[in-house]
Amino acid sequence: MRRLAVIFAAASSLALFACSDDSDSDTTTTEASSEAGAGNECTAGKTLEDGVLTIATGTPAYSPWVIDDAPESKEGFEAAVAYAVAEELGFSDANVKWVRTSFDEAIQPGAKNFDFNLQQYSITDERKETVSFSDPYYTTNQAMVGLEGSAAAGVGTLADLKSIKFGAQSGTTSLDFITEVIQPDTEPYVYDDNAAAKAALEAGQVDAIVVDLPTAFYIAAVEIEGASVVGQFAADLSGQADEFGLVFDLENPLVDCVNTALATLKDDGTLAEIESTWLNETGAPVISE
Amino acid sequence: MAIALIIAIPKMPRWDRVKKSFFNGEVLGETFPKLLDAFVLDIKIFLWSVPIILFIAMLVAVTRNSRSPALFPLRILAVVYVDVMRGVPVLLWIYLIGFGVPGLGLERPWNSPLLWGSVALVLTYATYVSEVFRAGIESVHESQRAAARSLGLSNAQTMRHVVLPQAVRRVIPPLMNDMVSLQKDVALVSLIGPIEILRQAGIDKSKFASFTPYVGAAIIFLAITIPMTRTTDWLLERERRRTSGTRVS
Repeated sequence: MRRLAVIFAAASSLALFACSDDSDSDTTTTEASSEAGAGNECTAGKTLEDGVLTIATGTPAYSPWVIDDAPESKEGFEAAVAYAVAEELGFSDANVKWVRTSFDEAIQPGAKNFDFNLQQYSITDERKETVSFSDPYYTTNQAMVGLEGSAAAGVGTLADLKSIKFGAQSGTTSLDFITEVIQPDTEPYVYDDNAAAKAALEAGQVDAIVVDLPTAFYIAAVEIEGASVVGQFAADLSGQADEFGLVFDLENPLVDCVNTALATLKDDGTLAEIESTWLNETGAPVISE
Repeated sequence: MAIALIIAIPKMPRWDRVKKSFFNGEVLGETFPKLLDAFVLDIKIFLWSVPIILFIAMLVAVTRNSRSPALFPLRILAVVYVDVMRGVPVLLWIYLIGFGVPGLGLERPWNSPLLWGSVALVLTYATYVSEVFRAGIESVHESQRAAARSLGLSNAQTMRHVVLPQAVRRVIPPLMNDMVSLQKDVALVSLIGPIEILRQAGIDKSKFASFTPYVGAAIIFLAITIPMTRTTDWLLERERRRTSGTRVS
């Protein structure tokens, strides 16, 4: 038995070293991609696959970020942003490849299977320790969704919210916002996804759930009957607005190319245009100090 | 093999990244106190669930072992209860009872996910434990009952004073096994809202983009489950010494 174990250990370490050789040879391919639609000078040799931009999003991807879970259609805010960035980097639509990852897969320590990942990742200092972020492509506020006639309806100030029972999705900046800014009297309830939060809202276990503003509008309009966006929180409450960034493998050199592209898209108004096409952000009362 | 791994793993090309993600001392230091706080909820749920589980399980086991023809409907009920509850994943019961029952229109505090999540755990674990008790009861030889009845004990007295004391003693090890399993399944209650240790670890995982909090949670779990399993071993050993007197090695 012991001999078997030794052989296994030897074999597995050989296999692992073999893998590391592979990854070395991957990164040394730096042929200039001169073909049209296969990237610009900046991206040459920096993408996972030469001449192809591999973009990741959630599994599934939710509206209004990606409509019908089909990013290839360019429908939805993040799908549109991804294609705009790709175009700016010189990649034709045909050379954009989509992959899917969960939140965890994007931050795991191993090699990444995407060039960048977008699924409403908020930029935080803690996360910058393990992944790299682009400059923000969207800035939003936190907002509160409640059922009509619940204790959360009609509140105007932060002080009114102390006695409210909150719910939020695990691992979101919305949850941080509840515990750090609102600081309600009772601990919030936390869920894996909006489906569970919705069930809790309907069961009366929570008075309101906190999500980013575009998601709030979507939930209130489409997902939960009788729910409304009770209010959005002024950006200065938490000291900073919620900023979404593209996620890269740590210290990926592609970040600079993408930041240049994002700056151009901001300056020429493309980003604002995409925003007004896909995101509804009007009409929520503002909750302040 | 362990030594080979200890030497080989840090030489791997991305070990630094793995270390940073899973064994980050700074993150551990920052999250561990919160994990301990959250673990108090796990222990509470465990402690208030166990007595009720044992009570229901015993009731079901004795019912299934009853022999009076008049109790036939009760026996059928017990069989159906065990088959249905045990055959469906705990996860579904937690969602169904935890969201479903309060959704019928109960008011706070009676719609608490903590309450109904615990009810779901109790109802499923009672079926596992009742099967353990039933196995114990059936392992007591028929001659014991015959002897008790011939001494003039009633059916109920026979069960209470002769069968159950022997049965329960025999099934303590598998019983402890279920308890260890329950200790871990308590975490499922977090799916319907309450923040217990695994949920807290999940929150911190996202916050720090690091899996270290899960390692912290694992350490806390082991600190409870290892003593529990060692106690089981010790009980088993004591039982063997008490009953057989000899030991073949």
